[in-house]
Amino acid sequence: MHIERIERLFLVVAGGILAAMVVAVLVAASAEHASLPEPAERVDPATLRETAPFDDPGVFHDGDNRYTVVIVASAWQFEPSEIRVPVGSEVRFIVSSTDVIHGFLIPGTQVNAMLVPGQVTDVTTEFDDVGTHRLICHEYCGLNHHEMSAELIVEEAA
Amino acid sequence: MTIVDEPAGAASPSSAPPAPSWRVDLRGVSWEDLRPVKWQLYLSCTGLGIGVLMGLLQAFERMGSNLYDETPVLNSYYQGLTLHGVALALIFTFSFSNAFLSLVTMRGYGRPLASRFVSNASLVAAWGGVALAGWAILADKATVLFTFYAPLQATPAFYLGAVLLVVSTWLTLLNQLLTLRAWRREHRSERIPLLSFTATVTSMMWFIASLGIAVEVLGFLLPWSLGWRDAVDPQFTRLLFWFSGHPIVYFWLLPVYVSWYLLLPKQVGSRIYSDGLTRIVFLAFLVLLPVGVHHMFTDPGIAETSKMIQYLLTVALFVPSLATLFTIVAALENAGRARGGKGWLGWIWKLPWSDPSVNAQLLAGLAFMLGGASGLINASYTVNLVVHNTSFIVGHFHLTVGTAVALSIMGICYWMVPYLTGKKLFSPGTAVLQAWTWWIGVMIFARGQMAGGIEGIPRRTQLRDAAYYGDDWDLSSMFTGIGGTLMFIGGVLFFVVLLGTIFGRRPLDEPAEIPVTDVIHGSRQSWAVLDRLGVWAIVAGVLSVVVLGEAIAHYWPLHDISPGIRLW
Repeated sequence: MHIERIERLFLVVAGGILAAMVVAVLVAASAEHASLPEPAERVDPATLRETAPFDDPGVFHDGDNRYTVVIVASAWQFEPSEIRVPVGSEVRFIVSSTDVIHGFLIPGTQVNAMLVPGQVTDVTTEFDDVGTHRLICHEYCGLNHHEMSAELIVEEAA
Repeated sequence: MTIVDEPAGAASPSSAPPAPSWRVDLRGVSWEDLRPVKWQLYLSCTGLGIGVLMGLLQAFERMGSNLYDETPVLNSYYQGLTLHGVALALIFTFSFSNAFLSLVTMRGYGRPLASRFVSNASLVAAWGGVALAGWAILADKATVLFTFYAPLQATPAFYLGAVLLVVSTWLTLLNQLLTLRAWRREHRSERIPLLSFTATVTSMMWFIASLGIAVEVLGFLLPWSLGWRDAVDPQFTRLLFWFSGHPIVYFWLLPVYVSWYLLLPKQVGSRIYSDGLTRIVFLAFLVLLPVGVHHMFTDPGIAETSKMIQYLLTVALFVPSLATLFTIVAALENAGRARGGKGWLGWIWKLPWSDPSVNAQLLAGLAFMLGGASGLINASYTVNLVVHNTSFIVGHFHLTVGTAVALSIMGICYWMVPYLTGKKLFSPGTAVLQAWTWWIGVMIFARGQMAGGIEGIPRRTQLRDAAYYGDDWDLSSMFTGIGGTLMFIGGVLFFVVLLGTIFGRRPLDEPAEIPVTDVIHGSRQSWAVLDRLGVWAIVAGVLSVVVLGEAIAHYWPLHDISPGIRLW
């Protein structure tokens, strides 16, 4: 089949650029410890509030600078709605929904995940600066979707 | 609406169907053959009109004035948003595909579609689907957005309407295949005409892709909504949805590719390079359709392996898109140089920008370069974490489907409506202004949405009433609102031209034909195996089964835990 030389050249260069981008993404992902949510656990949304650890949502100190935050999402709130962690901490979020699909976004961090009923979302990030972050539901979940949020406050270490 | 089916000024409407005097091509195609094409196109434009109107309300919301309470019929921002999405993503695009792909298939073979009954059935299915889904949404029984994620549960009419809309596209494919068979009987050893080839591959791609939504709706959501099934698995129905939900964007885009590849070069007085590469590009979209999991990078229930496989397939899909960039720009550059354009970029200004159809499609193509590049960001695995479900995505798809596709369709209407009605295009100057207004609008809009997304603005949100809204988002919101309003004005101008043409009384003063390009390296220089559509469909089907099967195998067993919930 006839393909013009310049056409062939263009495709080879374009393919090379794409391959380089893939390599860049993979290298960055492993170097920056950026990872995507993975299957964690399955739960029953109807009995979520009676299921550990979701029967006791809150912030838990796991030792050193490590914290676990257990969050229950439901229309239209996150419990707890205010989360405080010290600066420099590594925080693992364990979140699930009791009803419909919700979102879980902390702008300015790597935390961006879906909350799907029946599934547990398990993501970890570090907070290196003092300040207040928004925690936003970013998937439509009904009439008051825009009221569903929480606050994450990164405090001076005690 | 009265529509003049005969050439304006023709003798008597009751006489036998005339061979319309203004059409110089497709002489063997009668009015009965073109009527479904025309009414699909009008349905498409109706979808566009509704979508554009809803867009204005959303733009005003971003600027801080909530008009939903003052608007009759609408109860909420999200009901308006559902209408916006369904009207544009399903009705506008599907009906346009039904109309346009049917017409160019006929033009490619130089004969009518094999079955007028099937054409009419497709038309009835499309209008019926719109009536059902439209009623469900307007009655506020389906405020589930166009993605209708379970466990939010709409009334059965909504799902039935969606099914009928999809069925209308299947019937178009059926007719294309029947026509291919009839043509093949008389042309044993010939290559499938390129125009018909591209149009048919587009429909085949969507048919295979749509099976995901078909199983999701018919197997799960519809019985669940009817009460025949207690619960569904929201993660699994989402997986099925996105199997169709990514290739659906190719079904929006490929009809426009047909125009960019095979009609636009003729309109600017040029030719395209290669028959073979054109066929390969369309087949690549067919074969590489199982990439939907790249919409689910942040989903908890999907395995990382599945995400990685579909990420790599997505990147592979950029190759045909870049081949398209080469082919289209080369055709345009040749045209500009033939018209006396000099230097690296001088050819651009020599293109016929005053032709409304060309102008709209050139601007659409410009927007697509930005849209495609931003798509690479969304698709890039962990980079997606920065933008997933933020308004960045909304900026991206208003550059792609919202402008590359929508503005091209408007540009195509600028020759297609005169071609179908025998009426002269009303006010070409307004049509040129229309496209520029839309384009400038979307550039401002996309600046607002994309920067806003990186600042953390979520998509699909009644933002100004959000508990967490802050004035750090004011600038981006303002850009979004102003750009969206300009797009609305561009939309209104389109309807001025469209309705002015349809209801105008000025007949075409020169004969109309579908502009079809010549090819520099024609079909004799391309592989005949490219025409083995059955083989390619099997390849696509097998790859889909393997890739989707891998994701399902990782996910198995199903976890039916969600009863339907209505939260609006």
